[in-house]
Amino acid sequence: MRIECPHCGERDLREFYYQGDATLAKRPAADAGEDAWDHYVHLRKNPAGVTSELWCHERGCGAWIVVERNTTTHAITSTKLVGDF
Amino acid sequence: MRLDGKGQIDRTTPISFTFDGKRIDGFKGDTIASALLANGVRLVARSFKYHRPRGIMTAGSEEPNALVTVGTGTETDPNVRATTARIYDGMVVRSQNAFPSLRFDAMAMNDLAAPFFGAGFYYKTFMWPKKAWEKIYEPFIRRAAGLGGLSGRPSERRQEKAFAFCDILVIGGGPSGLMAALTAAQSGADVILADENPELGGRLGHDRVTINETGGRDWAAAMDAKLRAMPNVRIMAQTAVTGAYDGGVFGALEQVSDSTGEGVQTCFWRITAKASILCAGAIERPIAFANNDRPGIMMASAVRGYLHKYGVAVGDKVAVFGDNDSAHQTALDLVDAGVNVVALIDSRPDVKIDATFPVYSAAEVFDTKGRHGLTKVGIRQGTDETWIDADCLAISGGWNPSVHLTCHMNGRPTWDAGIQAFVPTPNSIPNMCVAGAASGVFSTMAALETGSDCALDQCRALGFDVGTIDLPSAENTKYTIDPLWDVMGDGRKWLDFQNDVTTKDVRQAAQENMTSVEHMKRYTTQGMAPDQGKNSNVNALAILADATGREIAQTGTTTFRPPYTPVPIGVMGAGGQGKTFAPERFTTSHIASLSRRAPMIETGLWYRPSYFPQDGETTWREAADREVNMVRNHVGIADVSTLGKIDVQGKDAAEFLDFIYINSFSTLRENRVRYGVMLREDGHVMDDGTTARIGPNHFVMTTTTAAAGPVLRHMEFVHQALKPQLDVSMISVTENWAQFAIAGPKSRDLLNLVLDHPIDNDSFPFMACGTVSAFGVTGRLFRISFSGEHAYEIAVPSRYGDALYRMLLAQAESLGGGAYGMEAMNALRVEKGFLTHSDMDGRTTAFDLGLQGMMSKKKDFIGKTMAARAGLMDPMRPRLVGLKPVAKGHRLTAGAHLFDVDADCIRENSLGWVSSWCHSPTFDHELALAFLKNGPERIGEKIKLNDHMRGISTLCEVCSPQFFDPEGARTRG
Repeated sequence: MRIECPHCGERDLREFYYQGDATLAKRPAADAGEDAWDHYVHLRKNPAGVTSELWCHERGCGAWIVVERNTTTHAITSTKLVGDF
Repeated sequence: MRLDGKGQIDRTTPISFTFDGKRIDGFKGDTIASALLANGVRLVARSFKYHRPRGIMTAGSEEPNALVTVGTGTETDPNVRATTARIYDGMVVRSQNAFPSLRFDAMAMNDLAAPFFGAGFYYKTFMWPKKAWEKIYEPFIRRAAGLGGLSGRPSERRQEKAFAFCDILVIGGGPSGLMAALTAAQSGADVILADENPELGGRLGHDRVTINETGGRDWAAAMDAKLRAMPNVRIMAQTAVTGAYDGGVFGALEQVSDSTGEGVQTCFWRITAKASILCAGAIERPIAFANNDRPGIMMASAVRGYLHKYGVAVGDKVAVFGDNDSAHQTALDLVDAGVNVVALIDSRPDVKIDATFPVYSAAEVFDTKGRHGLTKVGIRQGTDETWIDADCLAISGGWNPSVHLTCHMNGRPTWDAGIQAFVPTPNSIPNMCVAGAASGVFSTMAALETGSDCALDQCRALGFDVGTIDLPSAENTKYTIDPLWDVMGDGRKWLDFQNDVTTKDVRQAAQENMTSVEHMKRYTTQGMAPDQGKNSNVNALAILADATGREIAQTGTTTFRPPYTPVPIGVMGAGGQGKTFAPERFTTSHIASLSRRAPMIETGLWYRPSYFPQDGETTWREAADREVNMVRNHVGIADVSTLGKIDVQGKDAAEFLDFIYINSFSTLRENRVRYGVMLREDGHVMDDGTTARIGPNHFVMTTTTAAAGPVLRHMEFVHQALKPQLDVSMISVTENWAQFAIAGPKSRDLLNLVLDHPIDNDSFPFMACGTVSAFGVTGRLFRISFSGEHAYEIAVPSRYGDALYRMLLAQAESLGGGAYGMEAMNALRVEKGFLTHSDMDGRTTAFDLGLQGMMSKKKDFIGKTMAARAGLMDPMRPRLVGLKPVAKGHRLTAGAHLFDVDADCIRENSLGWVSSWCHSPTFDHELALAFLKNGPERIGEKIKLNDHMRGISTLCEVCSPQFFDPEGARTRG
């Protein structure tokens, strides 16, 4: 598997650390309420299809990347820096 | 028998090896199989289940029968296909699955009991008693049925893994692959051409083919030379592409050299290609008739291959049996070479062939004879049955395109009624197209054309300018077949030779309602041997289709999975054994510690000294107790470089740390240090440590040894994802600084012996930090304590670490102090109630640790909202306390559970657990840190500690976790 790092270009899977669903990048406000925080910390969709995931180019430039990937075909449709997500 | 003037191998270089101890002579370029056949050896193996005598069936990697063990000792390779392994001088080859010998195999009695051993036999028979399966049945069955064995010792093979990149990967170097590679290379693409054989050309080396009026093998050699001369082409011979994976990555196994050489033997490649062209060819399939597995019965194409490539006539009296025209070629080629062809049997009527040998049309082979090798072939024509003498029977049931790689990403092949075979479904693998026989076109001309066309398509898709290509001319005969899957009659008719599956097994599976192809496969084990049914799966599907009254297209196929050919686990993990699997990280004091005989203990990948034994000390406890007393009374030195050190800089660094930590760092003065705790977003503790402000916008954070990597990754995430507007950057400097703790009442005295400018309590109070210089080396000094003593940590650039450590030790010893290790460090911190990850195990909250007061109310921070949940602030949670035994000598143990004094020690009554333990020389009894429900409110009460595993039960007193110097007066000394 190859992932396009927005800084470094296409790199091998082994350079990346996998975190999980990109929901983590959308932190609610401190006073957003229990439901919002429950969603943010605990609840994840598990689609057969397109997902947005967080990967870290840890053995490269250190960038956190949002990878849009299809769980049924493993095809990666886009990658962007988490700051642009 | 070797024929004069035939074949392409080097007859001037003889090579000898042994097969089951007997010397066999061959030539350079021979495979084990061709050399055995040249010497008239037909019996080479015993079958998996019935121990049937078996011979060589094919001339390629699809070989089901001729698996042998090569080598001795730790260089033993089991299950080597004799048809692909090249011989070398001194090679030791042994047959498998036979005892006491290949010829007289005791387990051949299995064959007599065959009526009982059909599909589902194990499932039905070895059911009761249930326990006997693991203890008796399975071990017995595994011994009886099997392949070669491993040496049982660590492999000493020289293996490697490597990566390669290209625009276009061409898989297979036959006519279509050669043409594809040349076309792509001439268009400017970077090309890798991989082929599992040592020589390019594919079937051109095995057949009489003319291309551009020259011999096919000469054309292939010329193409090879031409391609090798091109700078944008890389030819990888003896490299089997074994799998197609996500993102254009292919796995490939290269046989670099045999075990006689010095270099790498096998290499596992990961090849990344923007596009690929599959030119994997096709595999000839057998025909099912009674006793079709005798040694001497071979694929018709293999008979041609041994003749043309190796100059070997595989028999003196050869019969040929087929349902398509390619069988005819075998008979004609043999006659041309002077080999006696005794019959051509064609199942089709109206056979047109100009023959000098008997031709039986509309006929079939219904049975064979010969225990250890074929002697007679039974031919049925209409109702007439005749037996003829033959020592070789060449069979051809048609050709199956090698679609395997196109199915590795969930693709399924498509049934092509015209050629009665499965062909690749387009776009099964992104950016892959298929050419030549693999795509279902079987003439040489079509192979050349489709190879070139695919390359042009792929080059256009990648944006290369493509020119016109001159195609060579070659035969373009049409392939016709009238398939014969199963010859009528009694007797066992083999489908899967490697797993001993017969037509009867498949029909029985259907009868027992295993009509799905996947069920049939698992019930009969069809296609589940190492060859994965390369030459048998389609035949089995045809039988299943017939048995269930369906078409083959409806019956479908089982899943093709990587690897295409077996890949040793060792080569996949090459470079990852022993210390290269878990590299060692050494501190700068490592050598000095070893010279003081310190046993080293692993801390992640780091190695740290446990204790420093002195003469006369016989146990670790003696050393550790002495070291604790030394720190409490004099001074001790410990290397603390393994703690994570993260340099944080930027205008907004303080604001950033305020968000990372529960407590505030923007209020920290310059040249001061503060203890901090960070949470995960779910409100549990992630890590703790001290952070020093060494400039207005410059902090140095320490993390625990274990969390150094995760904490930096977390901080990068928080910055990049949640606080991108902050001007801050961070980097690990763990390995840039060697850092030593100097702890004990005499620590400042010692420091002033090495610092260029002395310090005192005013210039360097508790929790101060600053730049210092020692013997002209600039370093950093932090007045922090993990021991509860008056203590410092001094950091210098790593290259000075060894020198400074030795210097500090020498001075410490002059003051009655010395080095202390991890055991003493643990006792010192437990006596003070300081935390490690034993006490912050991922379920712990700041509240549990009694640190809720540190959580700032004035700012948001990671974990704040979730940490405030009622469940995480419940007094009934297990919370940090200290424990000491009521009776001095009694033992405490980490991992023990806590119970009310009169409660039963069962899980339901557990009130908490012990997280840390030490023997305290300061108090002369054991101490523990523990998590106890409602703990802080129970201080002074008695509690029962119970360790079921070690059989320990101890009455304890609950106390404050700060056992020693709770006011902290000593640290300020």
